[in-house]
Amino acid sequence: MTDRPNSSVNWLNDARIRGVIFQILLVLSLIASAWWIVDNTLTNLADSGKTLGFRFLDETAGFQIGQTLGTWLFSYEAGKSTYLDIYFIGIVNTFLVAALGIFLATILGFLMGIMRLSQNLILRGFATVYVELLRNVPLLLQLFFWYFAVLRSLPGRRDAFEIVPGFAGMNITGLYLPAPQPQDGFIYTVIALVLAIIITFVMSGWARKRQETTGQTFPVFWTSVGLLIGLPLITLFATGNPLDWSLPEFKDTGPKLRQGYQSGAGMVMIPEMIAVLLALSLYTAAFIAEIVRAGILAVNKGQTEASYAVGLRPGITLRLVIIPQALRVIVPPLTSQYLNLTKNSSLAVAIAYPELVSIFAGTALNQVGKEIEMIFMMMSVYLTFSILTAAFMNWFNARVKLVER
Amino acid sequence: MSKKVTMDNKLAFVRTEDAPILPPPASEAGITGWLYQNIFASMSDFSSAGASIRSVLMGLFSFGLLYVGITQLWGLLDFAIFSAVWSDPDGLKREACWTVEQGGQLPAGWHAACWPFIAAKLKFLTYGAYPADELWRVNLAGFVGLVGLVYVLIEGLPARRHVGILMLTIYPLMAFILLTGGNLDVDYGNVGLYVLISLGLITMARMGAAGRFGSSFQDLSGIFSVAGWLLIVYAVILSVVGVDTSLEPVDTRDWGGLLITLVVAITGIVASLPLGILLALGRRSNMPVTRLICTIFIEFWRGVPLITVLFMASVMLPLFLPEGVNFDNLLRALIGVMLFSAAYMAEVVRGGLQAIDKGQYEGADAVGLSYWQSMRLIILPQALTHVIPGIVNTFIGLFKDTTLVSIVGIFDLLGGVQSTLADAAWSTPVQGLTGYLFVSVIFFIFCFGMSRYSIYMERKLSRGRSH
Repeated sequence: MTDRPNSSVNWLNDARIRGVIFQILLVLSLIASAWWIVDNTLTNLADSGKTLGFRFLDETAGFQIGQTLGTWLFSYEAGKSTYLDIYFIGIVNTFLVAALGIFLATILGFLMGIMRLSQNLILRGFATVYVELLRNVPLLLQLFFWYFAVLRSLPGRRDAFEIVPGFAGMNITGLYLPAPQPQDGFIYTVIALVLAIIITFVMSGWARKRQETTGQTFPVFWTSVGLLIGLPLITLFATGNPLDWSLPEFKDTGPKLRQGYQSGAGMVMIPEMIAVLLALSLYTAAFIAEIVRAGILAVNKGQTEASYAVGLRPGITLRLVIIPQALRVIVPPLTSQYLNLTKNSSLAVAIAYPELVSIFAGTALNQVGKEIEMIFMMMSVYLTFSILTAAFMNWFNARVKLVER
Repeated sequence: MSKKVTMDNKLAFVRTEDAPILPPPASEAGITGWLYQNIFASMSDFSSAGASIRSVLMGLFSFGLLYVGITQLWGLLDFAIFSAVWSDPDGLKREACWTVEQGGQLPAGWHAACWPFIAAKLKFLTYGAYPADELWRVNLAGFVGLVGLVYVLIEGLPARRHVGILMLTIYPLMAFILLTGGNLDVDYGNVGLYVLISLGLITMARMGAAGRFGSSFQDLSGIFSVAGWLLIVYAVILSVVGVDTSLEPVDTRDWGGLLITLVVAITGIVASLPLGILLALGRRSNMPVTRLICTIFIEFWRGVPLITVLFMASVMLPLFLPEGVNFDNLLRALIGVMLFSAAYMAEVVRGGLQAIDKGQYEGADAVGLSYWQSMRLIILPQALTHVIPGIVNTFIGLFKDTTLVSIVGIFDLLGGVQSTLADAAWSTPVQGLTGYLFVSVIFFIFCFGMSRYSIYMERKLSRGRSH
């Protein structure tokens, strides 16, 4: 390297010098185009009399938003809440639907993925048809289908389709469910639940250690279930049941305009949210099913056979031998499906579910007209989330990587 | 040990005729065997209480699913075909699909597809508001595209590669001129200037390569040659789109339906591959700044939803450009889709590049190939064949994502259906379902077809690798 004969070799032939020159040119052209864009933007903004800045976030927003977790958390009130509140409501609603969707899609996806590998033709056929149908039709179309075709054919607002009479029902204004209303003293139940979670963790650690040293197993799963359900329940009744339920109230008598589900009683899940949840979780479940199937297939058949040979039953084989190894293959693409689901929740703008894109980059942007700031704020939410996901994925990959000798 | 077995030993038994061939057990052969193995095996273990419960539950679950599946599929078929209204001979429009309760003739409780609605809107759903006299242009572009595509996909036809190259170079230009009408405002003086400059560049490159300007220029001649050729391509494109074809210009605002869907999808697909390859090479490059820039670019586009990209393209792009330069709506969306899909494609290609054995890179270096030569001749052909399934999957995703342009006000197939649903002349309770069913079937055919092709390619390629 160091004793390069510099008489015969031209400096232009040096790959490193070429690389440096190329990179300098690249950076210069990037700076030039960035300069050009910024200059154009500033000129355009000045021409239309706009300024840059985040002052608008303190202004009050005057539009109505459908009742959701976000509006409840930030006690939204049109004409009083600010655009910053709208931003946070959008974020909360986005992640609410993403979290619920991830939960449902994971359960359904794993079920379908395992069913696709079943020996049972009925299960296999059902899962195959499910996956192929839902995977090959655009999500937006499915969203429209659920929202405009299915949920619009529910009974009107003065009518109800009672799922559990008195407790749960649906009509075109949404799904009505009982709402928990914690009273004084409910905090003890929460403490009991937290305690149960901590005990479960400690116990599973202890059980694993005991099994590794003595070989004795401990029914961790059933004990945990008992703890997690029993302890809070006992506390709840010991403290005199400080949890009231507000039941949905349906009236079909009285003045015509007052008929239907009464506001303030029970909890309502707006139809937009139901449609988004259905579409997102059913669609993503089809992809998760394929990931799960590929992950299970990636585990060598010898593992199953060896596990049968040492006398493990199929269920235990699946749980202790196949799934731990398949997870190594499954988790990275699964995480990116979760990320996709979160990003796809932005399609909810098409049916006006009040999430980030819909209320902040849609309604609020139309009112305030701060394109650059608001699009920047909106994108940074998604970018932050995807960077966090990528960080998790790297951590997981490092953790489960095969330790090679 | 050495017990002597003699023929007269009564204890010895030697079988003189074959044992009769028994039929296989019922659980192994015939219809019952098939049924047992494929359906009942998992629900016929009654050896213990737990196993019995499991078997019964499995049976209930399986047959419950079978019931749900069959009723749903039957419902779909009944809705789409058996009970559907197929024609509207009297021109009744919505009344052709009304039940008695609504004032029509169909029996009460009828609920099935109203195909005359789609038939009436078919032109709009295919072409949008494209002028009726000019539809032959769309048809011609579509026909040539289809023939070319099929020709390239079928193996064993002669000159497939050349047809492919034509499809990627001449065809887009032809389709552009046919669809828009061409005849753009092109200053031919500039075009002439570009041609002169590029000829100069190429000449310089030739002479430089021959060593006329000394050895230090010899190495740079490649750059001059590339620049010259790029400029010539640009000049050719400019001069072609500027030709007065005497076709009536059609504004992209009049495009719609399947036409938009295919234009967005094909542009995205065709543009994303080369861009994605460049980005992937940049991300794997040894040059830290290049690597950083490409990584940031890829991760940015992959980190945000396509909707926000389209919002950005339609709201912010006009701000970024100098005054007076105004892109039409479709072009803005196309740019967004292209950048977005290029980032996804880059990650797929990068996967292929990583799967290539290090020896291939070293071998290419060892025989003295330059970076671009080794990429073009050694690395990329292998890397791209490796990831064909991934590439096709990205195409499928992109094809489905084209529906999102309807959110920024471009009437693609889905947006077209959504807007026809507002037509009161066809207002029936089944209007929405009919429209969505129609679009689903079209998307399903395209996407399912692509996924089958990818599986076929995957099998073919892995067959080649396995021995």
